[in-house]
Amino acid sequence: MAKTNISEAMQAVVGGELSRGTSFPITDSDIRRWAVAIYYPEDPPRLFWDADYAAQTSYRGLVAPEEFNPFAWMTADGPRRASGGHNPDLTEITLGIQGPGLKFQLNGGSEVEYGVRMRPGDVITSVRSLAGYSEREGRLGLMLFTESQDQWTNQNNEVVKTTKSTLIRY
Amino acid sequence: MSQATVSELTVGMEIPEFQRATGLHNWNRYAAVNYEFVDIHMDDEAGKAAGYPTAFGMGNLQWSYLHALLRQWMGDEGRIIRLGCQFRAANTKGMIVTAHGKITAIREEGGETIVDLDIWTDNDSGKTMAPGTATVALPRA
Repeated sequence: MAKTNISEAMQAVVGGELSRGTSFPITDSDIRRWAVAIYYPEDPPRLFWDADYAAQTSYRGLVAPEEFNPFAWMTADGPRRASGGHNPDLTEITLGIQGPGLKFQLNGGSEVEYGVRMRPGDVITSVRSLAGYSEREGRLGLMLFTESQDQWTNQNNEVVKTTKSTLIRY
Repeated sequence: MSQATVSELTVGMEIPEFQRATGLHNWNRYAAVNYEFVDIHMDDEAGKAAGYPTAFGMGNLQWSYLHALLRQWMGDEGRIIRLGCQFRAANTKGMIVTAHGKITAIREEGGETIVDLDIWTDNDSGKTMAPGTATVALPRA
């Protein structure tokens, strides 16, 4: 049997939900502060802070930068519980199974597809799930690639974005 | 971006850069909006313990710079359809980080001009930090 870190139990939980959260309503100031921080020390585009200007654009009002995070500080679910920290097996522990027990982990990158823009007043729901496992031999040995998918929708059930992220473990 | 400018785009063309001198002023502001208060981004000693000469910036801020690069080029009416990148190198204190984009394909789809790009950030030594790709829809005149 070929060497693998992907157990039958791991295969069986692909598609499982890893986390779910809902934001507080986004405010103008949340968007403005994000834009000021990102563009510092230069001024951010007016679309992110000047409501009169934004009303004249095709968006007909302020929108958030695409990569804005409405889940920072606290979600509508209340103060954060302690997370699993940096345990490389956190994905599997969350799904109630034993992980592969690999020592090291790296952020393998992310890819996002955007839908509708986020606006003041929006309430965003995030549902993150395990999309799949793959592995291949690398310079540092057998590398396990874990792909998760995080879909955000707004209060009208419109998709805001879908992010696929890869965690590399070895 | 005007329609005349859109018609002048060619594969291989580089778009205007987005550049920032980086350090605690940028990172602290980003930490404050993204609740990303991690020792390696705030404290040189923690950065050194992780194997780097200083504290280093958030990968998520490189991600934002790549978005800002595309927004700066397209203007408010442009639309980012998809964007992906990897994080390959740490942004240590004092680095000049530059986001770049190079057009790889142009097509008309549903009355829009769709452009694919290679995008990346690099530092002042020319080292690529966050390479990726993006697809955008350019505004109609």
